Amino acid sequence: MNINLTLIAQAVSFAIFIWFTVKFVWPPMLRAIEARQKQIADGLAAAEQGRSALEQSHKQAEVTVNDARGRAADIVAQAEKRASQIIEEAKNAARAEGEREKAAAQAEIEQEASRAREQLREQVAGLAVAGAEKILRREIDARSHVDLLDAIKKQL
Amino acid sequence: MAAESQLTPTEYIGHHLTNFTASVGQGSFWTLNLDSVVMGAILGVVGLGLIWWIARGATTGVPTKRQALVELLFSFIDDQVKGIFHGDRHNFVAPTALSVFVWVLLMNAMDFLPVDIFSAFYEGVLHLHYWRQVPTTDVNTTFALSISVLLLSIYFSIKVKGLGGWIHELFCAPFGGHPLVWPANFLFNLVEYVSKPLSHSLRLYGNIYAGEIIFLLLWLWAATGLAGTVFGAILGVGWAIFHILIVVLQAFIFMMLTVVYISMAHESH
Repeated sequence: MNINLTLIAQAVSFAIFIWFTVKFVWPPMLRAIEARQKQIADGLAAAEQGRSALEQSHKQAEVTVNDARGRAADIVAQAEKRASQIIEEAKNAARAEGEREKAAAQAEIEQEASRAREQLREQVAGLAVAGAEKILRREIDARSHVDLLDAIKKQL
Repeated sequence: MAAESQLTPTEYIGHHLTNFTASVGQGSFWTLNLDSVVMGAILGVVGLGLIWWIARGATTGVPTKRQALVELLFSFIDDQVKGIFHGDRHNFVAPTALSVFVWVLLMNAMDFLPVDIFSAFYEGVLHLHYWRQVPTTDVNTTFALSISVLLLSIYFSIKVKGLGGWIHELFCAPFGGHPLVWPANFLFNLVEYVSKPLSHSLRLYGNIYAGEIIFLLLWLWAATGLAGTVFGAILGVGWAIFHILIVVLQAFIFMMLTVVYISMAHESH
């Protein structure tokens, strides 16, 4: 173990290895690791942000749903009210129409009946006149007894 | 495992602890332990190159398994540095810690390679009679590291506090600024500046060297016959498993001390 030139040679090697590591080995490794650390930190921050955004939108959604539910209930209630109103109106209209129809029908019936009665009266009067004519052919002169015949006709 | 059963144990161990040297000048200083330098360079290039290759293709999305492994190492070291160094660690301190840890760990881990099989390979294929494969069992390597760390800490000390501040600290810390205690302060700091790299490097060197020696002693069992070989193998496995702890722990301690020394240089008293 004697000290010789090897010492200087090894020191030179050492210097070269240190220079090489400082220059070429350490920086890319450091860059890669730091970039990854930053990426991970960013990712975590983004995840945190996403989580809070999700929470926010959950709340928003809940508010919106509640709002919508309330409005829907309102609309349904309104619709129900309107429906019953319509039904009531329809009922009233139908009742009025029915009354009107009934009244018209009754008037027609009455008209028909009076016309029938008139016709019947005329036919009966005609029949009576005819019968009377047949019975009284010779004795009654239609022309001279016209006023009498009219009076009979009216009485029938 | 001992192919050199004709050798004495001393020769066997001595063979494995002899460096492959190349002389580049006059005197014993001007020799180069080529095995330490080459193994160190290969391990550093392979280890850091692998991490570089993975880091280059790093994605910020879902990481692949190998990227996850590198990121695990990265965050582990970053966390350790963060606890000690309070400044912009990404500029220098943390990457330095990473390169120290990876390099020292890999150099220590060479201890796990079965020394005789690899000796046969070095000798038979590469024609290298001497080849020590664990650079951290060479005191030159550990001193190179610790002295570099010392120089770095002096550099940062001067850079942060200025040359005047650094000299002021040499004489006025830790006992105070009174002129009578200047020598004491200076002596104290001198001892600190000498003891830091010494303990820093010898701790690593001693642990790994001792581990290597124990492996070699265990492999000597193989020279006693079949029963000895089996026994030595069992003990060797036990020691190797325990040695995993030492290898990683020493690399970790070396890295931590590096970070501590450099961050101490940043603090003023």
